[in-house]
Amino acid sequence: MDLPKILLRSALPLLIGIPLLWIFQGAVAGPGGSETAMAVILMMAGINVILAVSLNVVNGFTGQFSIGHAGFMAVGAYTAAKITVATNSLEIVGIPTAVSDQLIFLFAMVAGMAMAALMGLLVGMPSLRLRGDYLAIVTLGFNEIIRVLIENTEFLGQATGISGLPKRTNILWVGIAVIVTIAMARRLLGSTHGRALLAIREDEVAAEAMGVDTTGYKVRAFVISSAFAGLAGALLVHQIQLCTPRSFTFIKSIEVVVMVVLGGMGSVTGSVVAALVLSFALEGLRDVQQYRMVMYSVLLIALMLTRPTGIFGTREIWDLIPKLRKKVSS
Amino acid sequence: MTEFLQHLVNGLSVGTIYALIALGYTMVYGVLKLINFAHGDVYMVGAFAGLYIARGLGVDQEPSLAKAGVVFVGAIVICAALGVAIERFAYRPLRQRARLTALITAIGVSFLLEYGFQLPPVIDGEVPFPPGPTPRFFPEPFARVDFEPLGVHISNYDIVSLIVAVGFMFALQYIVYRTKFGTAMRAVSFDASVAGLMGINVNRVIVWTFALGSGLAAAAAILVAGSRPSINPLLGLLPGIKAFVAAVFGGIGNVQGAMVGGLILGLSEEYVAGYLLSSYRDGIAFALLIIVLLWRPEGLFGRVRAEKV
Repeated sequence: MDLPKILLRSALPLLIGIPLLWIFQGAVAGPGGSETAMAVILMMAGINVILAVSLNVVNGFTGQFSIGHAGFMAVGAYTAAKITVATNSLEIVGIPTAVSDQLIFLFAMVAGMAMAALMGLLVGMPSLRLRGDYLAIVTLGFNEIIRVLIENTEFLGQATGISGLPKRTNILWVGIAVIVTIAMARRLLGSTHGRALLAIREDEVAAEAMGVDTTGYKVRAFVISSAFAGLAGALLVHQIQLCTPRSFTFIKSIEVVVMVVLGGMGSVTGSVVAALVLSFALEGLRDVQQYRMVMYSVLLIALMLTRPTGIFGTREIWDLIPKLRKKVSS
Repeated sequence: MTEFLQHLVNGLSVGTIYALIALGYTMVYGVLKLINFAHGDVYMVGAFAGLYIARGLGVDQEPSLAKAGVVFVGAIVICAALGVAIERFAYRPLRQRARLTALITAIGVSFLLEYGFQLPPVIDGEVPFPPGPTPRFFPEPFARVDFEPLGVHISNYDIVSLIVAVGFMFALQYIVYRTKFGTAMRAVSFDASVAGLMGINVNRVIVWTFALGSGLAAAAAILVAGSRPSINPLLGLLPGIKAFVAAVFGGIGNVQGAMVGGLILGLSEEYVAGYLLSSYRDGIAFALLIIVLLWRPEGLFGRVRAEKV
């Protein structure tokens, strides 16, 4: 494929998606462009989709088990929050305020992703060299360390967190991030890199014997996944306009794990469907908050005992409909 | 010097508790190759089991050594039964499946215990069941006596728990390395399918491993609750993770390693928190874990096992 074609292929989802999102944003907006409850739920659901799809890159594609996704969210969120708060009154010269604000937010998100990716590298390097379940316990520990660090650092607002964040997240931003995340996961899966990850998931020893640099691939997948968790964190705190350690507890990590497991480890569309279903279902279950975590845990155990592959297993939605399958794969 | 000794006493008392919990992790990992995430919550259940028994016996009105013994043994028996039940209903059906499946189930069981205990009460009583999220006070099982040798503050609770914990460790050491059951356990740990062919009842060994490990967790819980009396349904989370770190530090699957790992973790936490960074106490275990994984991933006493294809 020549270069223009590749560029077009990469940009196509966004070229189609952005106008649609623009219309969609107008459709769910309240009077005077205010935010309706529906818009808030949709944004939360979108953030959950980003989290689930990105965690699936590690847990589903690579077959490693990370349970500290919220820790990376926190890193991205705090980095972005510090940047937007510090530059709140700043403007890029020569550009209208509204555009300049959005550009700064874009920069803050990218910085959040980079920081989360760096953390992913630091955490992944020692734990992914080993086989077995060490990644699970290290990511769990990392999640707790991040919480302890934040609660002890004055710069990060300790337990009260950073408040007064500018409201920057809207449906358009969340939508773009969702498109980018899903495109990343799909394209990754079809690439050489993705094939190596699947080989590692199926049989690590065999993959190693075939000359796959298992540690290298695992670490890279983990870093990508962490970066997108950071993106989701940045979007989340600029939606609720508050950045506290309470948003990034171990419980949040488990929520994401449940989404991935429910959808099927290895299925991108499965993760999307599970994230959407759980986000909306939980919105309807607000009255029974105290049963929520119990429900999650029972769901996890029941799934593992009866259908450990989740709803879709490693298949995608179109694999279930033979006609569509031909179209997508050709 | 006094401060140094005081930290030594505190570190030892915390360290022996970590060691007791770590033994449960290490034994289960040894026979099943499963990180039993629910182990920390079994420890929590142990504390509450002790609370219910103590309330039933009226320990808070009239403490006595005999009652303390009943509370201790009762909690151990309840937790051993709980451990066996978890193994039977949650882990055994998954034993032939991928290891990840069992790990996710373990996380599920852990959350079920933590949040199940916070639900609104079903059975009303002085302390309802489930107890709900409010912290409860554990009654003192016997009168507290404080000593101050060399200016170091020690209570009779510290001494009793140290003696009991060390006693349990030696008993376990004896069971694992000197009895027929221990030999069977080590055989299952080495290769479960071959051990089964040699006439060892693998299921029975695994059940007893869970019972032993969970019982030790309950013992640790009662020893802790005696001196730090506030208990709540989430109290198992952090000690659980730290004990796992201790087990990894000593070389997971290794009984002596878990003991040494627990003691080193307790002492290093106490000294680092006491002299350097008091507010980072809970982060030390993880820093230690990352260092161990970088420097000696098989742990202090662990051996590298060749991968079997």
